[in-house]
Amino acid sequence: MIEVKDIVKSFDGNVVLDHISTVMRDGEVNMIIGQSGSGKTVLMKSMIGLHTVDSGQILFDGRNLAEMRSKDIRLLHREVGMLFQGSALFDSMSVMENVLFPMEMFSTMTRSQMQERAEFCLRRVEMPERVWNLMPSEISGGQQKRVAIARAIVLEPRYLFCDEPNSGLDPKTSLVIDALIQDITREYNICTIVNSHDMNSILEIGDNILFLKNGHKEWQGSRHEIMSSDNEALNDFVFASELFKKVKIANK
Amino acid sequence: MLMAKVLRVPDRQRMFWRQYSRELEKQGLQSLPIVLLISVFIGAILTIQAKTNTENPLLPTYITGLLTRDTLLLEFSSTILCLILAGKVGSNIASEIGTMRITEQIDAMEIMGVNSANYLILPKIIAFMSMMPFLFIISTAAGLIGGWGVGAFTDIITIHDYLLGVQYAFNPYFVWYAIIKALVFAFVITSMASYYGYYARGGALDVGKASTNAVVNSNIMILFLDLILSKLLL
Repeated sequence: MIEVKDIVKSFDGNVVLDHISTVMRDGEVNMIIGQSGSGKTVLMKSMIGLHTVDSGQILFDGRNLAEMRSKDIRLLHREVGMLFQGSALFDSMSVMENVLFPMEMFSTMTRSQMQERAEFCLRRVEMPERVWNLMPSEISGGQQKRVAIARAIVLEPRYLFCDEPNSGLDPKTSLVIDALIQDITREYNICTIVNSHDMNSILEIGDNILFLKNGHKEWQGSRHEIMSSDNEALNDFVFASELFKKVKIANK
Repeated sequence: MLMAKVLRVPDRQRMFWRQYSRELEKQGLQSLPIVLLISVFIGAILTIQAKTNTENPLLPTYITGLLTRDTLLLEFSSTILCLILAGKVGSNIASEIGTMRITEQIDAMEIMGVNSANYLILPKIIAFMSMMPFLFIISTAAGLIGGWGVGAFTDIITIHDYLLGVQYAFNPYFVWYAIIKALVFAFVITSMASYYGYYARGGALDVGKASTNAVVNSNIMILFLDLILSKLLL
């Protein structure tokens, strides 16, 4: 569980996160949504420790990030899996080497155990065996995302952060990636945080949704509550698409 | 600040040595063709120029070989070679690390808990510094062979006079002086290129700028340190 308590973050006097509080539970897909510039990415980076907050607390199962030394933050990071917007696969390594990398750095497993675990993770994300020895540049964007997920879960993380996981993917592949994130969250009972503005994803997998507007927490609820909310700013965001407007009218 | 992160005992020795051997191949062995090519030509050119400038009956005939040898040892194979390698190795390192930075690969390492600076930069510095003395020796040898070629294939100088000059009044300290300089310059090239790459921000254009800055600034630093070291060591 990750608890965010009253955090404030500003850059050069410009407040980007203004007294944000929320709780993100294990086994749930927690989504941070909002328009571009609303503070989603800053919130996520603050939670991971890439930004230092001005005030407030971020607690990882009771461990306060602000009180950790850099060595402790590095140890915490070993419990974190991260899926980047652009996949961030190491382009000098093959698909298999990318998945092996975290284990080679941190695990005490033997070479054959590592290989076995990497193969398991690649199969789990449905990566065909024929691409395991290819370089990231030789596989599709959707496959790169799958490999990035495999790499993120290979050390069995307690927290999984996904930054715009569907960015640049076609709708069908997006659905596959969404389903994979949801399945893995349930299967390993991990606390997953997804930063997104893709309404399809939000409605597909969002167990707990935090809506930000201009650095403020505007609304929080589940995907079942989002369509019936009266919050004006949220409705502006959700029903920006004509399609979703029609869905709402049909629901009424 | 960056060097404080770089100069630490690696988390995993096995991973360090794997990276180190890759860098030996990439920064060292792949530099060999250009080192050989340039050194042979410069050796030949130095011999022709030295002969032209020492056409005087008062000067001994072996002076051409001696001048070629000492110019190669003292300046070309240590300093000038490093200026050339700053272009090849430095830009390669800056663009590689810079691309990793802007494509979030370095962030990915940091979030895994890896000391990215140590993992990426230390093997490059150690590998290039360990290859540099060999590149220096190979360059000097290739330059001397280039000069010998002038004697063998032209009538500018006889091979006998050239070889006599190459062996005449040899001071072994010049070799150590040149190796010390080359090691310092190898550190400058790799560390400055890594710095510019590691702190690159933005897109492809910014990686290009980081690469250019790395080469220009390491060249300036090499020339400045060449002056200081020459004053201190000679």
